[in-house]
Amino acid sequence: MKNKVLMCGNEACGEGAVLAGCKFYAGYPITPQNELTAYMAKRMYETNGVFIQAESEIAAINMVLGASAAGVRAMTSSSSPGISLKQEGISYMAGCELPCVIVNMQRGGPGLGNIAPSQGDYFQSVKGGGHGDYKIIVLAPASAQEFFEYTLLAFDLADKYRNPVMILGDGLLGQMMEPLHIAPPKDGPKVFEKPWALTGAKGRKQNIIRSLILAEGALEEHNKKLQEKFKLITQDEVRGETVNVKDSDVVLVAYGSVARIAKASMEMARAKGLRVGLIRPVTLWPFPDKLFDAAATSGKKFLVVEMSAGQMVEDVRLAVNGRASVEFYGRMGGGIPSEEEILQRVEAMYKV
Amino acid sequence: MKKTIKKTPMVKAQSSSVVTVGSEPIFTRPESLREAENHYCAGCGHGIVHRLICEAIDDFKIREKVIAVAPVGCAVIAYEYWDFDVAEAPHGRTPAVATGIKRVRPGNIVFTYQGDGDLAAIGTAEIIHAANRGENITVIFVNNGVYGMTGGQMAPTTLAGQKTSTTIHGRSLRREGYPIKMLEMLAVLPGAKYLERVSVHSSHEVLRAKRAIRKAFQMQIENKGFSMVEVLSMCPTYWGMPPIQAADRIKSEVSTFYPLGVIKSC
Repeated sequence: MKNKVLMCGNEACGEGAVLAGCKFYAGYPITPQNELTAYMAKRMYETNGVFIQAESEIAAINMVLGASAAGVRAMTSSSSPGISLKQEGISYMAGCELPCVIVNMQRGGPGLGNIAPSQGDYFQSVKGGGHGDYKIIVLAPASAQEFFEYTLLAFDLADKYRNPVMILGDGLLGQMMEPLHIAPPKDGPKVFEKPWALTGAKGRKQNIIRSLILAEGALEEHNKKLQEKFKLITQDEVRGETVNVKDSDVVLVAYGSVARIAKASMEMARAKGLRVGLIRPVTLWPFPDKLFDAAATSGKKFLVVEMSAGQMVEDVRLAVNGRASVEFYGRMGGGIPSEEEILQRVEAMYKV
Repeated sequence: MKKTIKKTPMVKAQSSSVVTVGSEPIFTRPESLREAENHYCAGCGHGIVHRLICEAIDDFKIREKVIAVAPVGCAVIAYEYWDFDVAEAPHGRTPAVATGIKRVRPGNIVFTYQGDGDLAAIGTAEIIHAANRGENITVIFVNNGVYGMTGGQMAPTTLAGQKTSTTIHGRSLRREGYPIKMLEMLAVLPGAKYLERVSVHSSHEVLRAKRAIRKAFQMQIENKGFSMVEVLSMCPTYWGMPPIQAADRIKSEVSTFYPLGVIKSC
């Protein structure tokens, strides 16, 4: 494969998975992520991996559970309604401490909604999603290039912490064609020892992959261990980007596709002499709280922009913790905020 | 059983269940079966089926290659009785989990152990499509006609007229529909290669069940594709009868609706 290629985000993700050493993919058709499933069908075949078009999203995530339990890097992808179906499996995998990568190219909801871009699944992604006390790492790329790179990162994080990792994009990011550099990891995919994997009990005791823990007090201990792990992830894996924050009156906050639009609004505002900055969370969980500290204590205002009724804004308010005013602008049901719309909101904040 | 085996010295050479101490053959635990007190009710068939699986695994000397997938239901902690690798699956997703394992480890022997709620209700899509894809896995389907773990509710396999905690006046075909014959349903799928129904209500039937389970593993070892053994099993607790009567019920009632024998072999 050439180093510089033109690809849609979904395909960029697929190539990232292949170069990360993903050897198992199971998926089910749903728009707007079908390019990824088709790409994996082709590339798994070419790289001696396994591709299965499953009978449902539920079956797909459980096939991934099986492949992961057997010690192999595994991935599934879907879009919002399908991700709802996968929540059962994701909860089991978090409970079993099984690594996997799940891609959600969000579309408008609730229900069947539509197939246009949305960010309405933020809560579901960062608060756990399924039943029980657990978290998954959530990465939010904003370009095909990042989609490729974060997929490589996602597999490493999943194996490192033995936990599901989600890449949260939207239909815009998934289907837009962009040039990107394909840079495989220098020494090949990182290899993690998996002594827990089911390989057959040869020369060792039996391995059991389970999330049912019945002995009195044992499940609470297991939960404490999981929480310790989540605390460690919160300490070590926070990622985010800040632009012009120091030198600003208004700080835009956005992730994924919307962060790119917001960046353009910021530049338009700057051209008009308005001091506008941007905070862009890259890990949505763990949320980059600390990025807000300096800005929150220096009298700046925040404007959170999302393709939702206001979900990430709650985490921003928690991070700001009453130290500054936080406003919100959102579009729903497939509406995409334009640079001008965001700029108008910014200008209105200057008038108050 | 111990008596019978003593009188049949041929068995000792063929089965891992029999070892000799001095010149005396005694009945013993298969290597694949852990030494543990099980949690099953008196007269339950699960213990017998667990053992038959372990005997087959020992006979084929595949303990170190086996990866089992345990269900949700009474047999959920089967891994505490078996001494080989086991994954737990969400309710009904057992064949999907087994598919993931077998596809990435085709050299291992992968089987699922499922009850009638797991396989014939919540997991119907997964079992049908695993069979239809011709996954080279073995399915052991224990059919006792009720949800045992949750307190004896109606299962898809509950017989007409059978009283359960959710069919208090007996299963009405008009209201609850008909008991499902999973093997006969799966038999129409070209991907399903070996389907047999057996029972564990008598020692004679237990031996037949053992042969069927062996055959199902052999199919997988020979890469012949999807095989499934349905085992009619007793649930005295939720049938509301003593163990012997429960065993008799399989003979007189359950097996007349669910006929024993090979449903499909190719």
